[in-house]
Amino acid sequence: MVYTLLKKGLITVAEVKSKIKAVNEMLKNKEITCTELTQQYLKSIEDTNASLNAYVNVTGETALETAKAVDDKISRGEEISLLAGVPMTLKDNISTDGIETTCCSKILQGYKPIYNATVWNILKNKDAVLLGKTNMDEFAMGSSCETSVFGGAKNPHNINHVAGGSSGGVASAVGGNIAVYGLGSDTGGSIRQPASFCGIVGLKPTYGSVSRYGLIAYASSFDQIGPITTTVEDTAIVYDAISEYDVMDSTSQGNRGVKTCDTLKKDIKGMKIGIAKEYLEGIRDDVREAVLNACKVYESLGAEIVHFELSALKYALPVYYILACAEASSNLGRYDGIRYGYKTPVYKDVNDMVCRTRSEGFGSEVKRRIMLGTYVLSAGYYDAYYKKAQNLRGTIVREFKNAFEKADVILAPTVPMTAFEVGKAVSDPIETYLTDICTVPMNIAGLPAVSVPCGFNAKGMPIGMQLIGNTFDEATVLNAAWQFENATHDTMFRSAEMGVRL
Amino acid sequence: MKYELVSGLETHVELSTNTKIFCSCTTAFGGEPNTHCCPVCIGLPGTLPKLNREVVKYAIRAGLATNCEISRISKMDRKNYCYPDLPKAYQISQYDMPLCKNGYIELSNGRKIRINRIHIEEDAGKLIHQRGDTYVDYNRGGVPLIEIVTEPDIRSIDEAKEYVEKLQLIMRYIGVSDCKMQEGSMRCDVNISVRPKGSSEFGTRTEIKNMNSITFMTKAMEYEFERQVDLIESGGEVVQETLRYDDVTNTTSSMRGKEDANDYRYFRDPDLVTISVTDSEVEELEKTIPELPGEKFERYVEELGIPENDAALLVKYRKVAEFFEKASQGTANPRTAANFIIGQIFRTIENESAKEEFNISVSAEDLRELILMLDSKKIRMNLAKATLDKMLGTGKKVSELISEKDMGGLDEAAARKLCQEAVEKNPNAVADYKNGKEKAIKAMVGYVMKNSRGKADAVAAENIIKELIK
Repeated sequence: MVYTLLKKGLITVAEVKSKIKAVNEMLKNKEITCTELTQQYLKSIEDTNASLNAYVNVTGETALETAKAVDDKISRGEEISLLAGVPMTLKDNISTDGIETTCCSKILQGYKPIYNATVWNILKNKDAVLLGKTNMDEFAMGSSCETSVFGGAKNPHNINHVAGGSSGGVASAVGGNIAVYGLGSDTGGSIRQPASFCGIVGLKPTYGSVSRYGLIAYASSFDQIGPITTTVEDTAIVYDAISEYDVMDSTSQGNRGVKTCDTLKKDIKGMKIGIAKEYLEGIRDDVREAVLNACKVYESLGAEIVHFELSALKYALPVYYILACAEASSNLGRYDGIRYGYKTPVYKDVNDMVCRTRSEGFGSEVKRRIMLGTYVLSAGYYDAYYKKAQNLRGTIVREFKNAFEKADVILAPTVPMTAFEVGKAVSDPIETYLTDICTVPMNIAGLPAVSVPCGFNAKGMPIGMQLIGNTFDEATVLNAAWQFENATHDTMFRSAEMGVRL
Repeated sequence: MKYELVSGLETHVELSTNTKIFCSCTTAFGGEPNTHCCPVCIGLPGTLPKLNREVVKYAIRAGLATNCEISRISKMDRKNYCYPDLPKAYQISQYDMPLCKNGYIELSNGRKIRINRIHIEEDAGKLIHQRGDTYVDYNRGGVPLIEIVTEPDIRSIDEAKEYVEKLQLIMRYIGVSDCKMQEGSMRCDVNISVRPKGSSEFGTRTEIKNMNSITFMTKAMEYEFERQVDLIESGGEVVQETLRYDDVTNTTSSMRGKEDANDYRYFRDPDLVTISVTDSEVEELEKTIPELPGEKFERYVEELGIPENDAALLVKYRKVAEFFEKASQGTANPRTAANFIIGQIFRTIENESAKEEFNISVSAEDLRELILMLDSKKIRMNLAKATLDKMLGTGKKVSELISEKDMGGLDEAAARKLCQEAVEKNPNAVADYKNGKEKAIKAMVGYVMKNSRGKADAVAAENIIKELIK
């Protein structure tokens, strides 16, 4: 095992190279022009997207325009930002001015926003090269990407398996090397779960640290935008860039902690890593084993493992599905065919038009959640469901608060299993909801959590684990993640044999 | 049996902040359809509301002026319903933690109409029906509103009318709204029930929606009161329902019954944070509340000796009251200024809204100067009146219209000379007077006044003339 070899000093590990830094150096050293690099990515998308189904909208023309602008800057000898010219992607629920943004739903077919999401404005100002918009579960509701109106994105490690969801397209593209990084959104695990399935890194930041302005809402008090990348350092770079306070989002605070890049490589001797008993129950054996193995790696790095209980976790799934669906039922009320998106062609009157538009425009998972959410908010049921769930949310928040008095970070599996085979998730919604069990507590409590690869199962499918931190403590979380990644990279991370190899 | 009316009002008042409640679009009335809009107020996917703090301040001032408690902590909720003029399919409003609560407005009969709550919310857009098609204009969407909800304390239509007028006046005084019912910046929903006089139980109520004038409101209430009484007398029962009033037929008709009532599925808006109000903020806002019409009225009557009817007319328009106070300042008797305003000045103003604007060519300072001349007996009342008329007509100042020599009246000799002339030039009047028509003398006094350009003392002139024709 790696950790014993490390301990004995029998192997030395070269530092994992940030892909973003690599691109930046190649561009600055004029080893390649940004236009050439972008063309390579576009070519790879052309070659592999048919099988991955990661991209739902490729924006080659604007990508090349930006690439050209970056090349001009370089040739004029101007300073370029670290993210300048780096080819990337956005989940299709992040609004892009003039570029179709559909949430992979028929109901937003043809909808081109007239404004940019704040995160996209930030990256655009840094000359990020947007290759296109990526696939997702319809309105981010799903765990396999298969509720997408465009069909699901596939796993780069085995295209008979799903990429996960809901940010399946971003994970598929980044894992398949047809984007350097991407931004996804995480409401109940939608960044971490596909990152885990695809064997890469995904961060759900603290609620409020990244602006939600322009993110098409699923459940507003849970949604957070975050990066999906191949290395922890890339996640830190992108997180530091996008975690700015935004006046347009009243719940935004920006990164109230330190810049994560500054403390990324800090020694973690003495760091207390918590293991909650509940997190190891009902988990598939290979996943549990990988997580326990990670504990040993951490111990070898000088961290201390502390054990405790998080008994309120048993409420997490019902609390999540009640509250998230309640918010969704309200957030999705606006899709009525009047102002934008899909509108039914034949109707009697306005009520009939709205009714038909919504019946035809939404898929069955979205309808299920709208109905569930409408139900729990209804007169007579509000107290039994919504109010009770809201109270339990408080209980869960408090329990985590106490836990962080005992530990600096909490280690847990990201998903109780590895990527499902294509078509499995759709058949049983309840079974699929259960796969969110490890990820939803962080959204309920608003905590930061990063998923990092921690092994492979017998079939070679990646296993991921989460490092969970206290609010605005992304720095500690990513520091712990970076140390693990650098101690184990050669065995835990395997790039898929496709896409652009830098 | 005698019946008593029981009513409570829900009044929507559009606040006159410059920008909308959750974005920076203008709140100006009118404008080409959908030109006062942005991604936020048309609810484009991904947009988020941001609370305009001015709206909170305006609402707190409205609460302070109606004796409300101001909540130090409140929040915004979503009221979910589907209608094309509501682009998000929910209205951001306040449900169980309103900004202001437990206030009242006192009526002239001494009864207090309790205010249950005042909360802030956003207005919806407007549907425009044209040639069989329906269009939506979202200009009004997101304009800030306060909703003022009373307890069922109103016992007559007169009380309802007085309550609305008082509320309107208070809101105008504190400058939070122009409360123009015809432009929709103030509208009322009326809850109404009847019960046998003397009973302490409430009857089943109906709600008449969207009254946009006080006249229609009183008519609708009259009709609905009669309808409910008739129904009960004929052995029927009032059904709880929402009604609309048709001002052409002067009848109410059902919009929806209790069973069809919307379930708004209220819940806290997760896009907005808690609204905290500090004690010092409330103290600061308290300082901005001017003397209110009720207080003014009492002061005018009790301290300034203005008759009640006149005082009521003066406080009815904020600008008039301000004008009056400036014009009467330091004068011998405030009634002089009051009389000039209610008499001569009001006669030149055509309607209510012009009185509201009170755009006249005479400044309060000018009127005051004129009154001070009267007080010091430099000029007489008739000259003052004539001068004020000229000032109103020409916009000229007192000093341009009255010269030094106009002041101080006529000397005895000049007066006699004019009186003599008057007698000579009005032989018919002299004859009439001699024949017992005492009023005929007025014609001769009038001649004297006219030819002395108002300088003469009318009483003295009358005495001289009487002496001359004796």
